[in-house]
Amino acid sequence: MSRYETMFERLGQKNEGAFVPFVMLGDPDKQTSLHIIEALIAGGADALELGIPYSDPIADGPTIQKASIRALGNKIRPADCFDILRQVRASHPDIPIGLLLYSNLVLAAGLDGFYAKAAEAGVDSILIADVPLREADRFIAVAQQHGIQQILIAPPNASEDTLKQIGEKSRGYTYLLGRAGVTGAETAATMPATELVEQLTKYQVAPPLLGFGISTPEQVANAIAAGAAGAISGSATVNIVEKYLDDVPAMLNALTEFVRGMKAATAK
Amino acid sequence: MNHLDSKFGDYGGMYVPELLIPALDQLEQAFLDAQQDEAFKQEFMSLLTDYAGRPTAMTKCRNIVSNPLVKLYLKREDLLHGGAHKTNQVLGQALLTKRMGKTEVIAETGAGQHGVATALACALMGLKARIYMGAKDVERQAPNVFRMRLMGAEVIPVNSGSGTLKDAVNEAMRDWSANYDKAHYLLGTAAGPHPFPTIVREYHRMIGEETRAQIMQKEGRLPDAVVACVGGGSNAIGMFADFIDEPSVRLVGVEPAGKGLHTHEHGAAISTGSKGILHGAYSYIMQDSDGQIEESYSVSAGLDYPAVGPQHAYLHDIGRAEYVAATDQEALNALQLLARKEGIICALETAHALAHALNMADEAEKETIIVVNLSGRGDKDLAHVHNILGDQQP
Repeated sequence: MSRYETMFERLGQKNEGAFVPFVMLGDPDKQTSLHIIEALIAGGADALELGIPYSDPIADGPTIQKASIRALGNKIRPADCFDILRQVRASHPDIPIGLLLYSNLVLAAGLDGFYAKAAEAGVDSILIADVPLREADRFIAVAQQHGIQQILIAPPNASEDTLKQIGEKSRGYTYLLGRAGVTGAETAATMPATELVEQLTKYQVAPPLLGFGISTPEQVANAIAAGAAGAISGSATVNIVEKYLDDVPAMLNALTEFVRGMKAATAK
Repeated sequence: MNHLDSKFGDYGGMYVPELLIPALDQLEQAFLDAQQDEAFKQEFMSLLTDYAGRPTAMTKCRNIVSNPLVKLYLKREDLLHGGAHKTNQVLGQALLTKRMGKTEVIAETGAGQHGVATALACALMGLKARIYMGAKDVERQAPNVFRMRLMGAEVIPVNSGSGTLKDAVNEAMRDWSANYDKAHYLLGTAAGPHPFPTIVREYHRMIGEETRAQIMQKEGRLPDAVVACVGGGSNAIGMFADFIDEPSVRLVGVEPAGKGLHTHEHGAAISTGSKGILHGAYSYIMQDSDGQIEESYSVSAGLDYPAVGPQHAYLHDIGRAEYVAATDQEALNALQLLARKEGIICALETAHALAHALNMADEAEKETIIVVNLSGRGDKDLAHVHNILGDQQP
């Protein structure tokens, strides 16, 4: 059983949804990044969604762009990100870890080489922000060879045909978009329409986690009430990193507290 | 699924967030419907003729070529309304915007030429335009910023990233992700995700079609080579499209070699030989070994882009088109020579194509007809060129 399946089963028994925070690997630097991830886990994160910094993140709003720029400014390279991942995996053998990144970083390493490195570092899933279903098959094929689950995105405007294909191809979880646009806490997520959740169930997609515009415990509770298996919060988490760049101990405390509050809202 | 092929060999594709796929599909459908619609075609044609000034002239150079075996013709896109070929395809895409029932247009611009073209088309069609432009470019290209604003467009400076064209494209795509319901993204070159490279080619292909007719009338035969500059590659693909199936016609694309291909300061994506994904398409791009996109450089802002349209990548790989590079200095020399010998001040972009065509002319050993796509006029570059050359009599 994959780590995601184990997690969803455990949460099901406790009658809870999942809370998954996102941060950028290497932001603001390698050592602090590792402490940040530890702080998220200490707060009760059920799984982790972690980014690799990229020069041209077209699906991201200003908060996550700035996190990329900070990390790249500190000369963080994909190899550094894999170092961090290996260390997290060594101390936390059971937590599901997802990578979220852009296609050119995967291509530059060679598809096979990249997925091999990710698997070796203990990564469970990979979501490529600029690889839609239509381009996904060759990525999915390589992912399967390396025991990695390729995460697919279900947007609010998805056609029935798209949802059907996601049902056939999705593994791990499905990233359910809370709204149009790019990542960011500035615009709140809309809750998935009952109709969409019904279709997701009908086509048996992997459990949907709602992301984009999730920044408060209330939104987490609403997402789960609307039928999502959990919620992902990226920009709100990264905002805390940015706010406390000059005071790392306060940053780590604030992150743990933030995750604790969001996690508490996952009880059904 | 797509009705048109979304790839050129392995190149191209739709590497965009899932969210944008319905908007791209809608655009492809609107484009296909319009291609079958006589009323649409007539309206496009009448705008090209009565508003933009097509067909453009073709001028035989009188003085610039010393090799008696060579005839050098210039396809005068510099005479088009707006001062460059770009007006062709913005008129087409503006018509498509209206056809899709959208009222807003998002665009990106580097030097401001595509921004100005977009602004004029939107003014004409009653569309609301917002144009993303790198903050550095907003400063460097003040006259074009003013032109856009004068025609009613909103110009939005982009501070994220490096504050240049690629960041303006990123920002335009972000805006489109949130507003595709009412806004069309009017992409400015033959790059980006499918169907843009195909639409932009089809809405510029009259450049090559007119060239064919004009050269047949003047010379009674096809040219031996057509030459065009390549940044993203829109004017080149417009010139090449009608000649791809004519194996006797050499297709020559000229990339910006900047301060030299051995330096990092150039914009010659094909010449670097490095492939990857940028702005939705798989093509030749400028990147480091990790896949981070590198800044391009060229004296000519319109060629200063770290990728190239996917069809050019394909034409290169199958050996149908040749891609070479010209440096800043070679382009500046060609610009001055054309001004002095023929009384035409061309754009710095165009001067790259001319520079290489003049080399071809020098080396020709048999009767040769060359057509250069004179893609734009040089008014926009005067201050920049003046700065570089100073007040010396060249």
